[in-house]
Amino acid sequence: MRNILPILAVLVALAVLWYAAVAPMNIRGALDVADRGGAEVIPAEPRDRFEQSAWRLMMANPDHIALGYSLDRPRLPTPVQVADELWNTTGEMALRGRAMSKRSLIYHGWITLQSTLWGFALGTVLGMAGAIAIVYSRVVDMSLMPWAIISQTVPIVALAPMIIVLSSQVGIEGRGVPKAIISAYLCYFPVLVGMVKGLRSPGAAQLDLLRTYSASGVQAFLKLRLPASMPYLFTSLKIGIAAALVGTIVGELPTGAISGLGARILIGDQFGTPLAIWAALFAAAILAGILVTLLDLMQRITLRRMGMQA
Amino acid sequence: MTSPVVSATSLDLTFQTNDGPVHALSGIDLEIGKGEFVSFIGPSGCGKTTFLRCIAALEAPTGGTLTVNGMRPDGARRARAYGYVFQAAGLYPWRSIEKNIALPLEIMGYSRAEQAERINRVLDLVELSGFGKKYPWQLSGGMQQRASIARALAFDADILLMDEPFGALDEIVRDHLNEQLLELWARTEKTIGFVTHSIPEAVYLSTKIVVMSPRPGRITDVIDSPLPKERPLDIRDTPEFLEIAHRVRDGLRAGHAYDD
Amino acid sequence: MSWLVFALVFWIGAWALNASLANSRWRGTIGVRVLIPVLFGVTLIVLWEGFVRGLGVSPVILPAPSTVAGTFAASTDILWEDFRQTVLKGALSGFVIGALAAFATAILIDRSTFLTRGLLPIGNFVAALPIIGIAPILVNWFGFDWQSKAAVVVVMVFFPILVNTVQGLRETDAMQRDLMRTYAAGYLDTLIKLRLPAALPFIFNGLKIATTLALIGAIVAEYFGSPTRGMGFRISTGVGSLSIDLVWAEIAVAAMAGTAFYGLVAWMERRVTFWHPSHRRN
Repeated sequence: MRNILPILAVLVALAVLWYAAVAPMNIRGALDVADRGGAEVIPAEPRDRFEQSAWRLMMANPDHIALGYSLDRPRLPTPVQVADELWNTTGEMALRGRAMSKRSLIYHGWITLQSTLWGFALGTVLGMAGAIAIVYSRVVDMSLMPWAIISQTVPIVALAPMIIVLSSQVGIEGRGVPKAIISAYLCYFPVLVGMVKGLRSPGAAQLDLLRTYSASGVQAFLKLRLPASMPYLFTSLKIGIAAALVGTIVGELPTGAISGLGARILIGDQFGTPLAIWAALFAAAILAGILVTLLDLMQRITLRRMGMQA
Repeated sequence: MTSPVVSATSLDLTFQTNDGPVHALSGIDLEIGKGEFVSFIGPSGCGKTTFLRCIAALEAPTGGTLTVNGMRPDGARRARAYGYVFQAAGLYPWRSIEKNIALPLEIMGYSRAEQAERINRVLDLVELSGFGKKYPWQLSGGMQQRASIARALAFDADILLMDEPFGALDEIVRDHLNEQLLELWARTEKTIGFVTHSIPEAVYLSTKIVVMSPRPGRITDVIDSPLPKERPLDIRDTPEFLEIAHRVRDGLRAGHAYDD
Repeated sequence: MSWLVFALVFWIGAWALNASLANSRWRGTIGVRVLIPVLFGVTLIVLWEGFVRGLGVSPVILPAPSTVAGTFAASTDILWEDFRQTVLKGALSGFVIGALAAFATAILIDRSTFLTRGLLPIGNFVAALPIIGIAPILVNWFGFDWQSKAAVVVVMVFFPILVNTVQGLRETDAMQRDLMRTYAAGYLDTLIKLRLPAALPFIFNGLKIATTLALIGAIVAEYFGSPTRGMGFRISTGVGSLSIDLVWAEIAVAAMAGTAFYGLVAWMERRVTFWHPSHRRN
């Protein structure tokens, strides 16, 4: 908690930088608006403005800089604009009882969340199962582990359009399943690696002790390896859920997506409404933050009840 | 005594902890003269390491005065007046033994030629010649500790401060290193401050033994050793040796509380 | 049908072979350690081929590996062009710029514990976000060509490398720092001789993560606009125009590029951090 002050200080500094950056980023758009409104703009021809740098334009037209802070289609929206758009498409709609309309980010966030959670569940189960297999079977360890590592170096995004096409060909409706698969793909590796490290973390002394009790393999697993792996597991679950969210959004980006936060980003790009993109991005960030925080909370509670954390 | 190398008067060090203040050092009065070999012995918490660290300006006292070579300890530190040997060898695994010894020399700005000459000389002193190109993990614990001592001897410092350097080693290696340390001391004539848990080690090595006790950290006894400078290992069986050891043991018992 | 049977028999045979190798006395040798996963991979490919041929799967849905190999051989010029655009110009340049920026930032904020305490949690948070969503915005700012792809990569790799470097710099233990104090070493000496070498394992951890992110960033950014070349471009248009075998050939190139990139960084890591306990084999 003593980090609150530095964190706030950095956030404030970033906000200030952001505000300052809006002016040069939006100057051309501002001058276009001023021009169309009939005001005097130096230089008068849009083509000439294109040639000049943003700084020169700003210095030549100081009165019009402020326009850059309220454009409809800004290159760089101000934090207030983003917050406004976010509110318009979430809170305000909820207040009007239209939270689940096709234009509401709550609806799209829900779609994204569903695939993320399914992918996360699938990835976690596969990751944990894989980890147990790797720790208990040398064949699996030597054949699977290298491929697990390689699988992560293969950019799943290259496979994403393929997975979507394949699943529709096989007759699966909608994008839910392929998105969950892509999510699971990105999520299982951190869980696998973390679980393997955790299951292997008990020292030789502790394993030997159980052997002196003639404990069976299952008992050793449940009483020693599994509890010992909890801290590692939670760390990788947090990484995993963030990865699952990225996977879902990646699945929503290829052409043709209509629902989900990734789709909103895509549509915002196609329709040239940058505010929609920014709002969807921030919604995704907030979603990621909530998910990781929830897991962090679960981690603290579980570890405290297990006595592993002060 | 000509002006002492280390002079402590009413030295106090109190740590503020969550469980209240801890009096690590209380009213320490001590003088260490040039060329002396002084051992500090006592149970955990008696302040022996803390005192050594104060001399090295790694801790700051909260009361009293402490001078090293006539200066404030931090001044002596910046003048590179001492070499410090920690309990663990602490060699950099990414540097060979040679380069590890070169570390302080690089920082202090010795020329390449000087560095090479000093490294060879000091490897010879600790009998590690020929191991210069090896890496720390390729050496045994005893050899690593010798390399750490070599590192502390490489630059010109009149004072050598050692904090339980042989604690993690087995008995025979320890004996051997004790002998070597005495030889080194005879050859280099440095002033040595040595912290240890072991009574025989303290009596064998030192010209002066400082017995300390905890809560608060204070000096219980200062014993000037009558043993001659030349000491073969079997001096440990002589009655004079045993007498001093008894005195040390009594001093320790007096300060030890049994409700730990 | 016979293909399917062959594939299954091969699978069982290969598994048995792997099992015996894993438990044999040669299991520690590098030959066996490479052979087992290779055999596993070959089995997957054989299964794929058997599956496609045996069940008569349409090449529009899932082409057989042999078909893909054929297309691969026939289209090396397109594949090379795409590779240059996406991997070399987009991913690699973005990776280098992002890594250098992250190092510089880490060292700059290192001097101030205040900044470090503020920036580290934020950096960790941002590293968990779907930064990939920024791609359309950056394409909008930097144009269609490789610069916007490199920009996406820079943003994606910056935070993981920054966070790992900062953590690595913090990891030096108290005794080592005390030793430096006894030498009256200044900030710069301590940084260069102690903290940076000690931080290298962490830094490489970040770099390895960054290699996978770099490729992902470059490819996804191309879904949002690209001149008529690049792996992302080829994949998204190929899916649309049903040249699925070309798409799979591109995926194969992506897989090889990703693995090679990661392998290169891992190799550098092994050479530079040869001293770390995890690399020593005794």
